[in-house]
Amino acid sequence: MGVTIEEAMKSVDSSGRDVLLDARNVTMQFGGLRAVNDVSLQVHSGEIVGLIGPNGAGKTTFFNCLTGLYKPTSGTVYFAGEPLPPQPRLVVRTGMARTFQNIRLFHNMTALENVMVGMYCRTKTNALDAVFRLPRHRHEEVASTERARELLAFVGLTGTENQLSRNLPYGDQRRLEIARALATDPKLLLLDEPTAGMNPQETRQAEELIFRIRDLGLAVLVIEHDMRFIFNLCDRVACLVRGEVLVEGVGDVVQNDPRVIEAYIGSPQTTPYEQPGPDSGKGASDA
Amino acid sequence: MDLVNLFFQQLINGLSLGSLYALIAVGYTVVYGIVQLINFAHGEIFMIGAFGAYATWMVLGQPSDWSAPLSILVLLPVMIIGGIVASVAVALLTERWAYRPLRNAPRLAPLITAIGVSVFLQEFVRLFYGYIPGFPDAKSAIAFPSVPGISGATIQVGGVLIQMSAVFTLAALVVCWVFLWYYVNRTKTGRAMIATSQDPDTARLMGINVDKVIMAAFAVGAGLAAIAGVAHGLRYGNIDFKMGFLAGLKAFTAAVLGGIGNINGAVVGGLVLGVVESLAATYLGASAWKDVWAFVLLILVLVFRPQGLLGAKVVDRA
Repeated sequence: MGVTIEEAMKSVDSSGRDVLLDARNVTMQFGGLRAVNDVSLQVHSGEIVGLIGPNGAGKTTFFNCLTGLYKPTSGTVYFAGEPLPPQPRLVVRTGMARTFQNIRLFHNMTALENVMVGMYCRTKTNALDAVFRLPRHRHEEVASTERARELLAFVGLTGTENQLSRNLPYGDQRRLEIARALATDPKLLLLDEPTAGMNPQETRQAEELIFRIRDLGLAVLVIEHDMRFIFNLCDRVACLVRGEVLVEGVGDVVQNDPRVIEAYIGSPQTTPYEQPGPDSGKGASDA
Repeated sequence: MDLVNLFFQQLINGLSLGSLYALIAVGYTVVYGIVQLINFAHGEIFMIGAFGAYATWMVLGQPSDWSAPLSILVLLPVMIIGGIVASVAVALLTERWAYRPLRNAPRLAPLITAIGVSVFLQEFVRLFYGYIPGFPDAKSAIAFPSVPGISGATIQVGGVLIQMSAVFTLAALVVCWVFLWYYVNRTKTGRAMIATSQDPDTARLMGINVDKVIMAAFAVGAGLAAIAGVAHGLRYGNIDFKMGFLAGLKAFTAAVLGGIGNINGAVVGGLVLGVVESLAATYLGASAWKDVWAFVLLILVLVFRPQGLLGAKVVDRA
């Protein structure tokens, strides 16, 4: 996965689209464990990119490096041509938002309030405006509420505005997380296993929602174990194994790459009964 | 009839004392809800509020011959603002220089630091207040400025005599409570506070400046404590450098009583504590025993309802 400096410096690649996210040689080391090893990945604007790999491959760790939750041991992440700022809240301002593998909504707030929290970084009023109830504050509150309702409608959650988020059904909570991420007005949306625990119908709805998000002009980087979902959805797929990018390319190439198949279900030579591979059996069941 | 009057008299006393506790308790609870820190120096922030108001009065030239309406409408608000400025400034300084460096340390470290800050602030006021030119020495109690129309004034309602300072304290609590409700539920900083108290990491990833939210929590608590400091001065007529110790302890008790982290809980806990103290002093032996009953109540609540009267660990609906 070597990207030469000259190639990387170009903000427009061969496909003619802007490079939005440009992670260069990102390495994340926890003590003796190298969770992410020299990973480079580009996402262009308006593109849906999938990130797959067996459990423990470092996908979520890579996400955490991108959003500023972890500071990579080495390597740099560029977003829209600029190196990422060091704090998560500033990363959000540059235009990158994410959802979580295990839902992390603000459980004791209503659906509407959750979305409005996402708008925090885009609104301008300060505490003084609020205390003295200046018109600016009132107008902004009204506008934020209106926008939050629109976003809830966009993800299909009309009517749940005033319900506490912890009381929503599981699938709705996932969609609410997406609405909250959209509220930060991102250019790139990072989705960490958006269909985990969903039934096939909900998965199809999620797929359709992600296409609609792409149609808004956003780029999407999505981690998922559901292969049909990934290969339906993504323009490109990268397969991460033991912290390294094994293959990257269009769906078909990745799907049929023997190394990917081996990473998921083990090599054909070894019979699991005689020589259980390191995590071959486990990987298959998770996929 | 006398018995009924006595009861209502003590109830009013209890409610005004309870309002004082409640105003301080909100500071404990808001800070705890967001950073899970019991800020034991909060009692001293209350004390600094009273001394700040006193200093403002000195700067104004110790006006004592103002008419009652002028005093209530101008002198008192200016003194309160002076107290709030002093309290908020000190609270933000302690947050920045004492607690923030320990944000990710084990929880015992900031707790012990808070006790250190408390001792430091007490001694600082005791030793240095008198060095300000023209100011009295703070090594013993200072007479709090009397505000015409409030200090010593009373109104008669039926057979019950109500001190104006009690009316002021109760009114201050009501105003602050309404303000808090609005601030927490209807502003984006308030929403950011609730979000941060529930999940600081996710809040950060949603673009919330968590440092700012924590400073807002300290500032709000300090502002209310300063108002309580002025109320305390008007009620008892004097202030001293160690007044924050017992008041802080009682307010902390009130916060735990109502359910620490819950703003409504702090208000209810404060009022319940005040009323219990006042009634117990009247009906259950000498007034010297009132602290005993207050802490007996705390023990009972902790044994039978450890989450507090209203429960909840996070800054919830104010």
